[in-house]
Amino acid sequence: MKIIEAKDHTSPEGQAGVLVLDNTVDPQTVSLDGVSRVDLNFPKFTDGRAYSQAYLLRRRLGFAGEIRATGDVLIDQLVQMSRSGFDVAVLRAGVDIADAQRQFDRFSGFYQADAVNTRPLFARQAA
Amino acid sequence: MYQYTDFDKQFVKLRAAQHRDQLERWQAGKLADDEFRPLRLQNGWYVQRYAPMLRVAVPYGELSSAQLRVLATIAREYDEPEAGVYAEALKIQGALGSAKLPTHYAHFTTRQNVQFNWIPLTKSADVMDLLASVNMHGIQTSGNCIRNITSDERAGIAVDEVADPRAFAEILRQWSTLHPEFAFLPRKFKIAIIGASEDRAATAWHDVGLHVIKNESGEIGFRVLVGGGMGRTPIPGTVIREFLPWNQIMNYLEAVVRVYNRYGRRDNMYKARIKILVKAEGQRYFDDVEAEFKQIVEHDGGAHTIPQAEYDRVAASFVPPSLADRPVVSAEAVDSQLRHAADADPLFARWLARNVAPHKNPALRAVTLSFKRRGQAPGDADADQLDTLAGLVDRFSAGEARVTHDQNVLLPWVSASELHALYTAARAAGFASPNVHLLTDMIACPGGDFCALANARSIPVAEAITERYQDLDELDDLGEIDLHISGCINSCGHHHTGHIGILGVDKDGKEWYQVTLGGSDGSDLSGAAVPGKVVGPSFSAAEVPDVIEAVLNTYRDLRANGETFIATLRRVGHDPFKTAANAARAVPAHAPVAA
Repeated sequence: MKIIEAKDHTSPEGQAGVLVLDNTVDPQTVSLDGVSRVDLNFPKFTDGRAYSQAYLLRRRLGFAGEIRATGDVLIDQLVQMSRSGFDVAVLRAGVDIADAQRQFDRFSGFYQADAVNTRPLFARQAA
Repeated sequence: MYQYTDFDKQFVKLRAAQHRDQLERWQAGKLADDEFRPLRLQNGWYVQRYAPMLRVAVPYGELSSAQLRVLATIAREYDEPEAGVYAEALKIQGALGSAKLPTHYAHFTTRQNVQFNWIPLTKSADVMDLLASVNMHGIQTSGNCIRNITSDERAGIAVDEVADPRAFAEILRQWSTLHPEFAFLPRKFKIAIIGASEDRAATAWHDVGLHVIKNESGEIGFRVLVGGGMGRTPIPGTVIREFLPWNQIMNYLEAVVRVYNRYGRRDNMYKARIKILVKAEGQRYFDDVEAEFKQIVEHDGGAHTIPQAEYDRVAASFVPPSLADRPVVSAEAVDSQLRHAADADPLFARWLARNVAPHKNPALRAVTLSFKRRGQAPGDADADQLDTLAGLVDRFSAGEARVTHDQNVLLPWVSASELHALYTAARAAGFASPNVHLLTDMIACPGGDFCALANARSIPVAEAITERYQDLDELDDLGEIDLHISGCINSCGHHHTGHIGILGVDKDGKEWYQVTLGGSDGSDLSGAAVPGKVVGPSFSAAEVPDVIEAVLNTYRDLRANGETFIATLRRVGHDPFKTAANAARAVPAHAPVAA
């Protein structure tokens, strides 16, 4: 997952190929033609709607472009964002990026399949 | 019990390490209080009225003796407040009238978990490491996520069981653990699963209730209920699927939870549970779930369809323990031995009748050790008692115990020939009150003595009623009654489902109690799940025992031969009970109260 600081986040305003989806929008109802980046927002880090939106984009719709997490993005949610289909996260200002990598190294695996690893543990172990 | 694999064990240890990392960042000021809170909550760490509370997950209620011993160690060595914290707590609770605030103990909850009330947060990472040494943790025991899954305390041993729900409960435990998409739902999400005809897990009162059933062709599947919950708006769950093939349960729950995550209300925490969405959307929610389920299976590939081999792998952990080391005693000899012992000791006879249930294996019994007795709050056990309990579990129940929904502990593998020996040992330990399902086997939350949310204390009310009803003949005569006490509308004490419910409310900064009648948790005795109805304006703490007595006396006056409290209430209606309850007020409800 690519982690960028808030200052390096280019505003989607007027950028071609960038789609900003509000949390209330069903990604299955929008056209992804010519879209290379979708920005999903976390108004508060405890508002988890964008996880389901990312899953639907990545897994259901097979969207291959960038899915960017914006808003209240903290390092303790990065792993689950990545697993839900986000590949870029804009960290909230003032968060220590050095602490972020540790979170990705922590778990060797998870039980469920997700938007990226499409086989659950039992299927991976049976293989 | 489920045998943890290397992956499972390592996972719990890594989770403990993650908590330590978060705790250290919080202590270093790198993680704000608001950022740390949801993280610690999802590991079971609340901050309560005076001190942190730890809720330890007990998946579907199953505990080993080794785990009980670690819980005892935590109670003994860690459940101790800092002196200043404790002095302050005693002062404030003393002003309310609480004479004592116990420390160094654990509390069994209605969701089959275990709570501690005094562990300083600075020691939380050490406690998590200790728990991980016996595969325990607090993962998702709090927070707006899929909580620890509960089940029938008699799962796998009940005589009325269609199919053992434990392998499914374990498979769902794994599926829900650190699910990436469902960690920040609109609100908490509770699942209960049973496989018997009787509902001993209040499934209708859960966000999702699962019943393992057989269809007409003899195939195993689930009846799925959704949208049940207590709190401010008590609503029993509705059947969304009459029959779901067993191997589809994770795919289906993924649909149920995804639709809720996307459309559940987030603007008002009191309207954020799935019950509100289901009530508001009705059939549209059901249709959305079915459509999403279809997509998951047909388009996404149904990754979580359970292969037979995986079911078999998990189910292999739940075979009955070997009883080869136990003496073989014929059924006739056991019957005669028990009859003689019961004749010689009427208390043992009562205990056999009340606390011992039949078992799938005719040589065994399911025995409930009662944690409802004078001197301790319902469901509490101190460090020594936990160690003693672990000893009984080893000696009589193949090392396995179950925390019950009613805040007791059930021993699932007791030989009928050892019932008297168990009774003798349990009695010496104080676990043998012959009161299972009777009035004094009440459910009560920790209430205003410990909980930051509570409006009023629960424990003194429970204590006063326990003191008043100590006569065993009288308790037997009153028969089976569900008395449930909650210190606030969050309903941890399940007051809505009590035949008699007591709810603590706050009026002008004082503790008052609303009394409800006629609630049901959905058990055979109680009938279809329904919330109780309020009898009238709330009562003072001092009035509550008199009100309960008036209600019970009304039952005794009106009952037909052999009729239970709840049956009488349903037959004659609430009016005579309401009249009696309101007449028991020391001060008429509407009269001005002298200062």
